[in-house]
Amino acid sequence: MTKRAVYLDYNATTPIRPEVKKLMVEALDLYANASSMHEAGRRAKAEVEKARASVAALIGAANPSSVYFTSGGSESNNTVFMTMLEEAKKSPRRKIITTAIEHPCVLNSAAHLHDEGLPVVFLPVDDNGRIDMDVYGKELTDDTLLVSVMAANNEIGTIEDIPLIAKMAVAKGAYVHTDATQAAGKIPVSVSDWGVDYLTLSCHKIYGPKGIGALYVRKGVPIEPLIRGGHQENGVRAGTYNNLGIIGFGMAAELALAELPEYNRDVRRLRNMLRDEISARIPYVRINGHPTEVLPNTLDVSFPGAEGESILLSLDLEGIEVSTGSACASGSLEPSHVLMATGVGPELAHGSIRFSLGKYTTEEEIRYVVEKLPPIIARLRRMSTVSAESAAVVGHK
Amino acid sequence: MDQFQWLYSDIVKDHFTKPRNVFNPDEKFDADAEGVVGNIKCGDQMMFMLKIKDDIITDVRWKTYGCASAIASTSMLSEVVVGMNIREAYKIKPNDVAAKLGGLPENKIHCSVLGDKALRAAIDSYLQKTGRPDAFKNEESVVVCKCLNITDKDIEEAVKAGARDWHQLQEATKIGTVCGGCKEKAEELLHEFVHIYS
Repeated sequence: MTKRAVYLDYNATTPIRPEVKKLMVEALDLYANASSMHEAGRRAKAEVEKARASVAALIGAANPSSVYFTSGGSESNNTVFMTMLEEAKKSPRRKIITTAIEHPCVLNSAAHLHDEGLPVVFLPVDDNGRIDMDVYGKELTDDTLLVSVMAANNEIGTIEDIPLIAKMAVAKGAYVHTDATQAAGKIPVSVSDWGVDYLTLSCHKIYGPKGIGALYVRKGVPIEPLIRGGHQENGVRAGTYNNLGIIGFGMAAELALAELPEYNRDVRRLRNMLRDEISARIPYVRINGHPTEVLPNTLDVSFPGAEGESILLSLDLEGIEVSTGSACASGSLEPSHVLMATGVGPELAHGSIRFSLGKYTTEEEIRYVVEKLPPIIARLRRMSTVSAESAAVVGHK
Repeated sequence: MDQFQWLYSDIVKDHFTKPRNVFNPDEKFDADAEGVVGNIKCGDQMMFMLKIKDDIITDVRWKTYGCASAIASTSMLSEVVVGMNIREAYKIKPNDVAAKLGGLPENKIHCSVLGDKALRAAIDSYLQKTGRPDAFKNEESVVVCKCLNITDKDIEEAVKAGARDWHQLQEATKIGTVCGGCKEKAEELLHEFVHIYS
């Protein structure tokens, strides 16, 4: 008997969808170097450019040549920050503004720039995970070089007001970057509507392969290669074209765009059902993140009195796959930096579980989860030194 | 395929899913001694309750707010100490428990260090109650971190096991993660032991 598996960790990664898999299998034979001048090379290049157009369409970029393929979100984000390090040498502007809840690849890139001598500000967020616009307004000075704010948070799903953030940054003459790794394919993303200069994408979050991503760079803004070498990608990103990954990305992007309204509606219904059932069946829970400005697939819940890794592993034994903001699961002594930034106390951060749903999640699976979850929480709370009630009260500062 | 089915050993899984001697809030358990260590802020807290007759531990109950390693290691510890003299039980170290569990992943050892400390705190309270305060401590070790009941011996053991700086010492023992008041003293000892053992 195969073990039951209910995968609710789509924000970590997604399976490759069958249409993409089929195309990639066919593309395995498209071995020619897309930089080669001969026919086979030109054929490969044509497929790469077709994919580029699909990725550009997903993010509302009028000009596909503004999209550069990279190895993924981390590389795209690093490229933007390292570009700013170079830019700061030529510009009187030096200040970097980002947020306290970014992905580690942004936080660590920003920390690196700080080590290199640039002033870096990590904006605080409110209880719901939205950046503090007052602090942003004050920090946004004439010497600001870059504002980098994620479009949507990977842990709590909160969606930031990128159009407003970008408008304010542009008015001050700063460059604007957004990490849309979690937003793409889940909510409408538009570089033109948002008014951003740089935008990061990753393919494996939208049912395509791992190891491929993209960076949108608006025409006319500075860009420095992180990987130097040949002339691929107009010299912005060297390395032989990853035909397979790029072709898979193109198809995944095309389908994500076409299915967005349907995906958004279906996954939101199941997410809200999971939220409502958990709230009804389990006392003293706290739903983290913004109540409305939130990714349709992401539900982050704190279960005071129960520890996150114990919950995760108990669910795992039932075949339910989720993630946690507990320190114990991270290998560090610190709980989720995102939850801590929202002012959730450590009591609630250690007991948090992220359910991230996807296009293959079914109502039957959600029913299975809400059957299995209450006894797990009850068991852990029963053996806990911490009462759920008191943790729920003191947990939120 | 087997190694993918569970993060920890089968013994850990067994103790995590069926923990022994967990305190049941509905039962009557007249403990002779009780000890609590840890802090929920750090993600784990442990309580040990002991019944003791003629310095022999006759029964144990415990509760924890903690991860799977913490639950399993305390469950195992609770089995080991029944029938043991309190002097002997006082000397049990996290590594002894981890070994009985069939090992814990390197980065989870620090999750299993609270059980024996809660046990020692309970024994200390019993010694206090029976007019022998610090009877074992003086011969055995000195408490450095009062919040977590971590002794100089614990620091020594951590250094022997490879801890070389404050961060590694914290990983190994959780020392100073609550109030931090012991840091200066602990760093002194750390320096001393690193000098001896490296």
